[in-house]
Amino acid sequence: MGTAVASFSHWATVILMMIGLYIVVARGNLIKKLVGLGVFQTSVYLLYIGPGKIIGGSAPIIAEGITKYSNPLPHVLILTAIVVGVATLAVGLALVVRINEAFGTIEESEILGRGEEA
Amino acid sequence: MRNLFAVVALGGVYSFCMALALLALDAVDVSMTEASVGAGVSTVLLLGTLYLTHSHEAPALKFSAGPLVAALATGALLLYGAWGLPPFGEAVAPIHQHVVPRYLNDVIAETGVPNVVTAVLASYRGYDTLGETSVIFTAGIGVLILLQGRLRENDKEILVGSMHQETIPRVVIKLILPFILLFALYVFYHGESGPGGGFQAGVILAASVILYGLIYGLSAARRVAPMRLLEILIPLGVFIYGAVGVAGLIFGGNYLDYFVLDKNAVHGQERGIFWVETGVFVTVAATMTAIYYAFSGRGR
Repeated sequence: MGTAVASFSHWATVILMMIGLYIVVARGNLIKKLVGLGVFQTSVYLLYIGPGKIIGGSAPIIAEGITKYSNPLPHVLILTAIVVGVATLAVGLALVVRINEAFGTIEESEILGRGEEA
Repeated sequence: MRNLFAVVALGGVYSFCMALALLALDAVDVSMTEASVGAGVSTVLLLGTLYLTHSHEAPALKFSAGPLVAALATGALLLYGAWGLPPFGEAVAPIHQHVVPRYLNDVIAETGVPNVVTAVLASYRGYDTLGETSVIFTAGIGVLILLQGRLRENDKEILVGSMHQETIPRVVIKLILPFILLFALYVFYHGESGPGGGFQAGVILAASVILYGLIYGLSAARRVAPMRLLEILIPLGVFIYGAVGVAGLIFGGNYLDYFVLDKNAVHGQERGIFWVETGVFVTVAATMTAIYYAFSGRGR
């Protein structure tokens, strides 16, 4: 049972990471690239949170009658990472808006084409 | 999928599923943050960008195998590496041996805060959180600089963009908003003993302003939380955080040392954690609201 769950947690992380990486590299649309980056980011959340879980453990809030807690440290790191992530996503989207105003498109191939014409 | 609206909507659903997965892994604080940030704020920001740009993706020129091979190769390497990792969910894994036992065993005696995540966030690893608050501050400034100027010409366009004629959302939102605000405060003040804290409460507060802006229009939201106020609050939060550290220095301790903030060391910790969380709360809430204003106030 233990090993089966172990491989599932790792498989989920790696597959999400592969999906995210593929979208970021293969897709020409800048908004889709950012969404792909978001998927990649969530795979990192799982990478951190997954190993922190203890089977039979409880959420790390100290209470009477509970002796086993899951690991709080990854929670702290990822909690702040999520909020920082949305702040950087906003910067990325602001850049996309400016790129659209300058080039009239958010497709990578068309933007590169404009650059060669100029 | 070529329709980017559908992509963004599915992204919101995905974030919510991820929040549920995190909940199942005992990460209650993280789950709460992901639900409010991933499914809430970032979806609104993506939709705002779609409004300002194009909502349809151009068809791909041709399929190329390069990215697929790169992704598969990286995945295979990671799985190979994962072979040597300890099994899932066992208490003897190395991750649970170092530093963490001290957090779990001594947190009540040292800080008096039952939520270990809050204690580690604001006290044990206070430097990290100061850095992250500064990153949010910097990102907020960056967005405001990138999107300044070129405002929408008049309020008419803003009214078209909002659901001005829809009666049901307008009534329902007025009923719900007080509870969202109350929930934000609860999450903030209860963050020491239950799931929650400055980050989550800040995002929830900003989400309530964003919701109000979506229904009643941007100018109405601007009357509730004027931009000038936000411009003060964004740096003020970081300042409060830094000032708590300096206060530690003044009372004879180290930077961000809360033990010296009160005669009773544990009360000092509680006081330090409270003010640090206040700083985080103020900066996060003001930055998220200002970013929303920047996106929705920009003319096409």
